Amino acid sequence: MSKSNQRWWMGVGLFFTSFFSCSAWSEAQINLTKGVTAVSREVYGLHMLALYICTAIGIVVFGAMFWSMFFYRKSKGAKAADFHESTTVEILWTAIPVIILIAMAVPATSTLIDMENNDNSDVTIQITGSQWKWHYKYFDQNIEYYSVLSTPREQYENHNGSFDGNGVLKGKDYLLEVDKPLVIPANKKVRFLITSDDVIHSWWVPAFAVKQDANPGFINEAWTNVDKPGIYRGQCAELCGKDHGFMPIVVDVKSSADYDAWLTEQHELTAKAADAEKASLSASMSKAELMQLGETTYMAYCAACHQPTGLGLPPTFPALKGSAVATQGTVENHIALVLHGKNMMPPFGKQLSLKEIAAVVTYERNSWGNDTGDLVQSSDVKAASGE
Amino acid sequence: MTTNTINESLDEVHHDEHHDHKMTGLKRWLFTTNHKDIGTLYLWFSFIMLLTGGALAMVIRAELFQPGLQIVEPDFFNQLTTVHGLIMVFGAIMPAFTGFANWMLPMMIGAPDMALPRMNNWSFWILPFAFAILISSFFMESGAPNFGWTFYAPLSTTYSNGSTAFFVFAVHIMGISSIMGAINIVVTIMNLRAPGMTYMKMPLFVWTFFIMAYLLIAVMPVLAGVVTMLLTDTYFGTSFFDAAGGGDPVMFQHIFWFFGHPEVYIMILPAFGIVSTIIPAFARKKLFGYSSMVYATASIALLSFIVWAHHMFTTGMPLFGELFFMYCTMLIAVPTGVKVFNWVATMWRGSMTFEIPMLFSIAFVILFTIGGFSGLMLALTPVDFQYHDTYFVVAHFHYVLVTGSLFSIYAGAYFWLPKWTGHMYSDTLSKWHFWCSLISVNLLFFPMHFLGLAGMPRRIPDYALQFADFNKWVSIGGFAFGLSQLIFLAVVIKCIRGGEKAPAKPWDGAEGLEWTVASPAPYHTFSTPPPINEDKH
Amino acid sequence: MSNGTAHRTNKPSNSQVIKKLVLVVFAMFGFGFALVPLYDVFCDITGLNGKTNTVAALYTDDGIDTSRSVKVQFITRMAKGIPWQFEPVINEVSVHPGEMKFVNFYAKNISQYDIVGQAVPSVSPGLAAGYFQKIECFCFTQQPLKAGEEVKMGLQFYVDRELPVEINTLTLSYTLYDISGKENS
Repeated sequence: MSKSNQRWWMGVGLFFTSFFSCSAWSEAQINLTKGVTAVSREVYGLHMLALYICTAIGIVVFGAMFWSMFFYRKSKGAKAADFHESTTVEILWTAIPVIILIAMAVPATSTLIDMENNDNSDVTIQITGSQWKWHYKYFDQNIEYYSVLSTPREQYENHNGSFDGNGVLKGKDYLLEVDKPLVIPANKKVRFLITSDDVIHSWWVPAFAVKQDANPGFINEAWTNVDKPGIYRGQCAELCGKDHGFMPIVVDVKSSADYDAWLTEQHELTAKAADAEKASLSASMSKAELMQLGETTYMAYCAACHQPTGLGLPPTFPALKGSAVATQGTVENHIALVLHGKNMMPPFGKQLSLKEIAAVVTYERNSWGNDTGDLVQSSDVKAASGE
Repeated sequence: MTTNTINESLDEVHHDEHHDHKMTGLKRWLFTTNHKDIGTLYLWFSFIMLLTGGALAMVIRAELFQPGLQIVEPDFFNQLTTVHGLIMVFGAIMPAFTGFANWMLPMMIGAPDMALPRMNNWSFWILPFAFAILISSFFMESGAPNFGWTFYAPLSTTYSNGSTAFFVFAVHIMGISSIMGAINIVVTIMNLRAPGMTYMKMPLFVWTFFIMAYLLIAVMPVLAGVVTMLLTDTYFGTSFFDAAGGGDPVMFQHIFWFFGHPEVYIMILPAFGIVSTIIPAFARKKLFGYSSMVYATASIALLSFIVWAHHMFTTGMPLFGELFFMYCTMLIAVPTGVKVFNWVATMWRGSMTFEIPMLFSIAFVILFTIGGFSGLMLALTPVDFQYHDTYFVVAHFHYVLVTGSLFSIYAGAYFWLPKWTGHMYSDTLSKWHFWCSLISVNLLFFPMHFLGLAGMPRRIPDYALQFADFNKWVSIGGFAFGLSQLIFLAVVIKCIRGGEKAPAKPWDGAEGLEWTVASPAPYHTFSTPPPINEDKH
Repeated sequence: MSNGTAHRTNKPSNSQVIKKLVLVVFAMFGFGFALVPLYDVFCDITGLNGKTNTVAALYTDDGIDTSRSVKVQFITRMAKGIPWQFEPVINEVSVHPGEMKFVNFYAKNISQYDIVGQAVPSVSPGLAAGYFQKIECFCFTQQPLKAGEEVKMGLQFYVDRELPVEINTLTLSYTLYDISGKENS
């Protein structure tokens, strides 16, 4: 072999060795998850069956090709044969694939029938997607809440810095963590009723093999029965706007006993929150308190669109700095906007407490050069809400 | 009556020959009705669009090189992915095949030109106009379309960023161009074949374009319809896709994919035709199973109309719908497999040499088949629930479109460059182009299978840490692949300007009427129809 | 010239082919639009997308099938931006197929403006939609509410006896939209 050929093969060898031995293989997952439900395991089995069949066919077909390329080359003196058709062969290689396909279609059909049987569930949960968060409501319980990405902004906003993200380390569950996960019991059939408040989203948890689109104005159903308690993470699986990649799903599967305890705890929390709302009606917060709570609320819920600088991303997401709503318009108008939303802006009345809304409106009216001096209290918000 | 059609075109050609001593300069290119010129225009346009769409992809891969948002905002990222898709589908792949159709179809059937040469000129020239509108939207206040090339409602209607009108206008123009082109192809093949060339004597290349043209005529108008509905929903108060007014966003998907699925077959059938021409040439053996190949192509085209909802398995379809579409989709594997087997049988016991067109064609067969395997896996509905809208799908369609369609375009370009330019292309440069492309394209797209299986969704500008390592390799492959296409640019420019003189038939195993004329092909060929052998096929 | 007229078939002229193809183009464009009502008809027959009847159904007294019970669940959702409270008075009932049932929904316009709402129903599983017959529903008409006004809206329905035996639970969801003036919603 010539020297340049040798070097060429060495280079190829080096490349493949480094590629196959790099950390990508040890840390990263390369195959579908087996998951934690009977359905997900069936799905995994079907996936592997298809993969094996395709690999086998590939070996045969590519084998024949490589054989030809080696043995039937002109440089080796091969003379071309002159056959160019054979009905028998055409029939064979039409019929055999059909049989192989049937072999795949049968288990696929039975798994699908299993998956589509949503009846007789133990727990029903309404899931609503919206830009850019999930809302969970437990049917039959007075428990509902929003589930929002909780990865700190500094971890993903790396624009100003070098490629190491300004030295802010990313957490282990980067982009896959939320403030309040969905909680369901293990070993119970849980039925999901999925819809959307605005555009099409899709609720997906790979460990359950559940993925259903959330269509606005329509409901879809899905079910799961998880056999292992634990935390399982998923993501929105339908392009829904700018933060499509930032609305993850986290499901905390608890044992039956823990789930019941959690339900009780939630009821207590709901009651406490209601009391806190009532109490805040008479309370009066200082400007400092309002601005502090306002800032944290703003950064968590508003900054994604209106930006930390208040400059927004016009024309889609208007600026708040110097805007008519936050400087010239009435406080009632401003509150109503935050409560009920408008066009693309979602309503926050259900998502934020009276205190938080009061604080964020105060913050917006007194930041970035806006200096209305308005202080908004919970009672003002309550009055404007009309409830 | 029977000789009228040929004489009609002959008259036109003679007319042109007498009256326009070939125009030069800008006027030549703006007003040409010559199929070779228009073919050249389409090919250059598609290559420029390939590089443009590729540049957008480079920015996408740069952003995805590492977790974290470093370079672009998420909304701009969505604009990048949307326009990348639109440019590649409507600006690169489809016009490239139209370029091949224009250059090669008349010569292959012994006709002097396309049936409708003046409409041909318009078909081309409205394209740069359409893409100027699309690309200029990046510089408008609203930004470019950011709702994916599949533009689902209501993200593209009620929740659009304001680019919907320009998007619709551009798509309408692209559609008109395609429809006019397709009509031209059908009429040309139907009526301008040299006497004696029956349908079953046509080269398979001609068959694949013929069938593709019918698909285009059938489904492009449906795209025009759905895009018009999008316009009226967004600006004129209709509620096709808005539940508030009694509409249904899922209906959008049905209508779109009714176009969308045949569209992807429109993008692969010509590739089948090109590869079916090149493999026999370099195996020095006739294509195995010609009639089988014709029937398989027709079956694929027919089946393509009844599989559309396999893009919609997660929308909440009832069981019988899912089963129907699963079975039909799996069925398409049969005629497609038949084609692959026929190519392999052509190679088997042939006498092969491995010039660049053959290398690209062999790579096509292997890699397109890999894309086909992932397609078969996607067809299985229960597992599709795990694959849908993940990088597994991105891997699948890039395998069939890049290592599939694009590689076939390169194969055809190398195969016919001597005929087009009169020179042989540089062997060394083209080898670099092939091997760099082959290695980098697999580095770019193969790990995407793993990413999808591991749970990475599509169309996200940032991702969880477990996806980081593969994304890095993918991005490196992307940059390498992008750069490798510049080698092709060098090959083409060099070949146009000079090189070893090409004979009429530089490839000894090649068959077809185009090889009976000189290289470069004269401006007007087959002004008189050639005699056709009785024993073809 | 040519290779023997005997081998050639009769071909229509260019303009004839073009005319036919252009006709196909327009026909397919029309087909695209025809898909809209076609889709509705198909969904009506099969209940595929969960859409239920938009005009009052007639009650046919075929008797009540007391051998089985069906759980009917009610959920409500406020579409983005509509400042109303809207919820079912009870969120689940058990009915026998063929049995007429009446339930109420509560709505209140909690904003400072008069708003016209439209409730859009959706049934899951989709296949059950065709068997869910609404005799009287507030979703058949628009619901105007003045600022601060509240109302109880009724739904009278029955589940068809033909409901497939595999279905024991069906869920009716109402999404409430603000249709006061499309530009304002």
